[in-house]
Amino acid sequence: MRIVKIIAIIVLLAFVGIQFVPTTRNHSDIVPSTDFMLVNNVPETIQNKLQTSCYDCHSNNTQYPWYNKIQPVAWFLEDHIKEGKAELNFNEWDSLSSRRKASKLRSIIKQIESGEMPLNSYVLIHKDAKFSEAETEELISFITQLKDSL
Amino acid sequence: MSKLKSTLGIIAIAFITVTVMSCKDNNKEQNSTDEDHSEMNHDNSDGHHDDDKKEMAMTGDGNSQMVLNDYFNLKDALVADDNAKAKELGATLAKSFGNLDISKYADPKKSDLKDIIEDAVEHAEHISESDIDHQREHFKILSKDVTDMVAITGTENTLYQQFCPMYDGGSAWLSTSKDVMNPYYGSRMLNCGKVQKEIN
Repeated sequence: MRIVKIIAIIVLLAFVGIQFVPTTRNHSDIVPSTDFMLVNNVPETIQNKLQTSCYDCHSNNTQYPWYNKIQPVAWFLEDHIKEGKAELNFNEWDSLSSRRKASKLRSIIKQIESGEMPLNSYVLIHKDAKFSEAETEELISFITQLKDSL
Repeated sequence: MSKLKSTLGIIAIAFITVTVMSCKDNNKEQNSTDEDHSEMNHDNSDGHHDDDKKEMAMTGDGNSQMVLNDYFNLKDALVADDNAKAKELGATLAKSFGNLDISKYADPKKSDLKDIIEDAVEHAEHISESDIDHQREHFKILSKDVTDMVAITGTENTLYQQFCPMYDGGSAWLSTSKDVMNPYYGSRMLNCGKVQKEIN
């Protein structure tokens, strides 16, 4: 019984301890003029959807729920955001050339169609991030149109 | 007394956990700088090309020929359904694209090439870490990049632009031979496609 108690205390202490390890927060109040929504004429429903489903990892500003401030969840998230932003940052959309935009749009379509994005682990926690069939269709047709107009 | 001992033990373990965890991130960074070093070494090992470059620049296309060779090797790996080899060759192609010397071109062409390179490197890198279906998706866009590059840099050998109407609403690729060997389907539909254009 004693040993259980000791282990419990160790785990607790370790848990408290790791909270002090600093993480980089992905936070910015500025929406740059290169933002996807600002340079493209995006219908409001799609704007909202992109904001909830994509912008947390693909922009300079993440809406952190409370539990994402807790380690080790925050580490896990930090990695995802870093990777997500490297791949596609909606805030910096207009700094891309037409070729790169077309490339990115093509990838967006592919990833959404195949259900790779948004990530399962993300949708699990953010129920509203999930795309309904109608939403998928609306988004894909919008992105396709955008790609063809480049 | 034993209480004090266990408390000390607990504090020690907690401390170690924190240290180990924070070290983990450092290690990661360390690794990535190591990778950079090895990449740089590769660049150096390719250094002898620098001497050749001046000569080749006279003929009009410096190391774009190297890019083409790496592209064709990658294409052949996809034709052979060889995921592992395509990964390797994707990385090679990313590097040779990155090394492409565009300094001799004047501006509209230069910025076009810069743009092509940026896009192509990204797709080649993705190929170096994906399953074969994804590799083929990226290869499609990569093929367009390479075709656009050739339009600017030219090519020493005659190339054939081939086209398969079935893959992803129609997809093109380049080949050094007239014979159709489909990189998008491999053995599943090896000969689907036709020669669309001859590029000299």
